[in-house]
Amino acid sequence: MTQTTGRFTAAPIDNRREQSAFRRFYGVNGRAVNSALAFVCVWFFFASQNWGLFTNPGFYGSFLFSVPPSIILATALVFVITAGEIDLSFPAVIGAGGGLFMTLLIWGVPILPAALITMVLGGLLGGGVGAIVVYGKISSLVATLGLSFFIVGIVNFLAQGRNLEYREAVGTDGNLFFVGKWDILGLQVPNHFFLSLVWVAVMYVLFRYHRFGIRVQMVGDNANSARQMGINVERVRVGVFVLTGVAGALSGVILVQTANMVWFPLSGKAYLLPVLAAIFVGGTPVWGGIGTIIGATFGALTIGLIPAGAVGAGFAGFWTEFIFGIVIIVTMVVHRFSGSRVS
Amino acid sequence: MADSGTPIIELRNIVKRFGSVEALTGVSMKVSKGEVMGLLGDNGAGKSTLVKTLAGVDAPTFGEIWVNGTRRDPWNPLAARNAGIETVFQDRALAPQHSIVANIFMGREIINALGLIDGRRQIEEANRLMREIGFTSKVFSPHSIVGNLSGGERQGVAIARALYNKADVIVLDEPTTALSLTETQKVFRFVEAVKASGRTVIFIGHNIYHVWDISDRFFVIDRGREAFEGPKSAFDGADHLIHMMRELAETGHAHAASMRQPD
Repeated sequence: MTQTTGRFTAAPIDNRREQSAFRRFYGVNGRAVNSALAFVCVWFFFASQNWGLFTNPGFYGSFLFSVPPSIILATALVFVITAGEIDLSFPAVIGAGGGLFMTLLIWGVPILPAALITMVLGGLLGGGVGAIVVYGKISSLVATLGLSFFIVGIVNFLAQGRNLEYREAVGTDGNLFFVGKWDILGLQVPNHFFLSLVWVAVMYVLFRYHRFGIRVQMVGDNANSARQMGINVERVRVGVFVLTGVAGALSGVILVQTANMVWFPLSGKAYLLPVLAAIFVGGTPVWGGIGTIIGATFGALTIGLIPAGAVGAGFAGFWTEFIFGIVIIVTMVVHRFSGSRVS
Repeated sequence: MADSGTPIIELRNIVKRFGSVEALTGVSMKVSKGEVMGLLGDNGAGKSTLVKTLAGVDAPTFGEIWVNGTRRDPWNPLAARNAGIETVFQDRALAPQHSIVANIFMGREIINALGLIDGRRQIEEANRLMREIGFTSKVFSPHSIVGNLSGGERQGVAIARALYNKADVIVLDEPTTALSLTETQKVFRFVEAVKASGRTVIFIGHNIYHVWDISDRFFVIDRGREAFEGPKSAFDGADHLIHMMRELAETGHAHAASMRQPD
């Protein structure tokens, strides 16, 4: 047969390349890896100013003592951000949870049941916040901001604006369950730091391998698709607020104990911006759909290291804010250009 | 209706209002087992609303939905999927930042008693489904991110997902829109395979030639109501059907008589 005109030439085969195992791993875990690298870089930067101090385990005592609430809150808030929402009410829930916990202790409830009751009620409070946001169809930014004032107001009213002191009320020191310490190679690791690691492990499994976490990611990625596929989008959204409620209450419980059993109504306020910064430094993007628990943990460690690190490295106190800013901006840029799952 | 046996899907007098707009003004429809029903209508005729009603995304304002002879109430996406109706939505209903396997099992994850995902089984099932519809390539795997796939490949994910549950009815909403020629052929081959397996297909399309080739029966909707309904044999060909559709658009009504009187 002779060849005539109009003959098709074979189309080029798909010109996309097969992904290497590394690319695949980095595609899924890149943001967590980069967050860990950010922590190492920040540490190296500070440590290079004063090797002696930064290689002395004693230096990290107060860091490990103060960082657990940030870790617990940041990892819980990853669910909220991934679902495409935001929760600014968690500082108020910390205050409410701490106050409730202290009140229960003063009433003579043993410490563990008191902590559990506080966490359950924190979850209910979070669920209430979530229900108002989701079923009221209000922007979570505005609604949780408003509700946080509301909760702080109620807590202040109940406490009559006063602090609660366990020693003053009961006359003893109380049983500081969470703040015992373990000496590991000179590193003074407090109990509640281990507690935060257990929390991280649970959040990690919940986020990546549990149906709830998977559905949070689906809802945040495309809520319309999730709804069309039969996911109860509203219930998932309320669920993420329940989780931050529990995290806020647990943080309140820890704060009361780390503050020598003294509680004051605004005790959660200082956590708002550092926790949000930790999530984003930790590589969870603002647009929702994806997030990383491990990243947020490193984010919280990074943000937590900066104040102590800056002072230890010999910078004047006012440099701290400046360094916060640099770290946030630089890590944002790094996360923007790598570890994004969609090209 | 002269149909023998219970229709697999029966819509009775479905009314859907959005505020003051009445998108469907009392549509009744029967679909028999094993047939391919071509659903036609102009833009804004109510096709999408009807599809969303079938899929459970929109609950009807009034009217009843019967599946296999039982009335289904409440009606929502989960109820529809559980009743054996799978929908391939016009927008594909995918989560672009996630993997093929996560998309296939969206809303229907394989889990253990603790609610943890059985990742290995999901991968196995995804591989099986993708092979089943010839949706394979060495450049992507079940782990590939959907946002990096082509339009036809995304359609493949949506179709594989619809097949997973061995659903009785598959609703394809504009499945060939924005697809290339070869990709359109693939969708057709898929519909033929589904039909051969004895399942029911409801096929919605703009391109009347596409719908003609594939359907056994036609249901035409116009301005929110049923305009006509009949088997393929009532028409002389796709052009006859197009002629009727045009007449409908211009005059607002098509005579049932014109179905058997080609000019």
